[in-house]
Amino acid sequence: MAINTDKNSYTVIFAVIMVVVVGSLLAGFASGLKPMIKANEKFEKQQNILYAMNVNDNEGDSDVAFIPTDRVEEEFNKYITKQLVIQGDDVKENDEAYLIDLKKEETKAKDPDYQRKLPLFVGEKDGKEVYVIPVRGKGLWDAIWGFVAVDKSMTVQGVYFDHKGETPGLGAEIKQRYFMDDFTGEKFLNGNAFEGIEVAKGNNDPLNKDTTDNQVDALAGATITGDGVSAMLRKDIKLYVPYFKSLNQ
Amino acid sequence: MGLLSKKDRKLILDPLADDNPITIQVLGICSALAITAQLKPSIVMAVSVLFVMGVGNVVISLMRNIIPSKIRIIVQLIVVATLVIIVDQVLKAFAYELSKELSVFIGLIITNCIIMGRFEAFALGNGVWRSFLDGIGNAAGYGVILIIVGFFRELLGSGTLFGFKVLGDPVAKTGLYAIGYENNGFMVLPPMALIVVGIIIWVQRSRNKALIEEN
Repeated sequence: MAINTDKNSYTVIFAVIMVVVVGSLLAGFASGLKPMIKANEKFEKQQNILYAMNVNDNEGDSDVAFIPTDRVEEEFNKYITKQLVIQGDDVKENDEAYLIDLKKEETKAKDPDYQRKLPLFVGEKDGKEVYVIPVRGKGLWDAIWGFVAVDKSMTVQGVYFDHKGETPGLGAEIKQRYFMDDFTGEKFLNGNAFEGIEVAKGNNDPLNKDTTDNQVDALAGATITGDGVSAMLRKDIKLYVPYFKSLNQ
Repeated sequence: MGLLSKKDRKLILDPLADDNPITIQVLGICSALAITAQLKPSIVMAVSVLFVMGVGNVVISLMRNIIPSKIRIIVQLIVVATLVIIVDQVLKAFAYELSKELSVFIGLIITNCIIMGRFEAFALGNGVWRSFLDGIGNAAGYGVILIIVGFFRELLGSGTLFGFKVLGDPVAKTGLYAIGYENNGFMVLPPMALIVVGIIIWVQRSRNKALIEEN
């Protein structure tokens, strides 16, 4: 059988058939594996939330070790007592608060009529109530996000940061212990007013002994990522201030 | 006479040593530098490339007589890309942590020069069985170097293998660390991968003088 593979019509038909075959193959794979990928993403979120609450498998000083996936669901149910969705003055319990997509909510919130849904995870560790707030912002190259655990007075108990594509060795260091650990003990409020926590270059406090200055020491060579972290915390944590005020009344 | 004829065996064994894609042809260096700081990602990468090369070479070889020559590079690209996306999805479903660690480099298998090189140079002109052997052989040659580099970089850089502390605990100062041994942090950085590959090339060429090019 001799086919003239040089003919234009043959080339076009070949390309079309190829695309259809490959397309349906990939679509089949994607939808077949979707439930497992979704489950993995959920476990990752739970691990991150627990990590921010200092529930982790850390051993050394520089370890960032999550609770392994086979135990995470159980530990999550043990430590997280309720998941809340805050919408204006309305606070509801919702067991699927972790499914709220911060990025979509932020886009929707541009419409002044829309009340943004704010997920909040309330947990208890060592007899102390902890509130874990998810945050999301922009780094130098791409998205950065994280979870911040605070107590009633909005003092940081622990944080977890992650990023999509910051520069390795510079901005990507935001997920290292020596950066994240600096946040513990810092306060978002200054007196009664919200001030945020700034990733500051010139705070003369590299060991972070002063936890009342609303500043942590910045990473050298990662100014824009650091500014992104400051901005992300200011923007997203601020939304929760009314809720915490109502808690303390 | 074993399972494979002499010629077939050569297809598998040559790329492992005297025609190694990394050390002799110097292809696929980029990923070899990027993901070899630890042994585990090196092995996953090696297995992923093995799958993509083996299956890819077979698919291309099956289609070699019907691929229009005008768009053959595009067709090759589609085949690699499809296989790589499948690998990526499977890793995300079954080895999520690892897929995050390998992140962009799984996607970059598509641009791994070894794969397109073997499709174009071998699979387009040879039968299915031989193409399969060639694919497996070249991927194994690539994988072997990756694993050797990963082994030394993890051992000397972090003092661990597969995450186990084989040299003792650097914090508690046990094992080798008790007598003053220190990890070489430089081994973890990409430049050291280049130097390790360089050393492998040097060792290989001094053992087999035929590989040394004449000036």
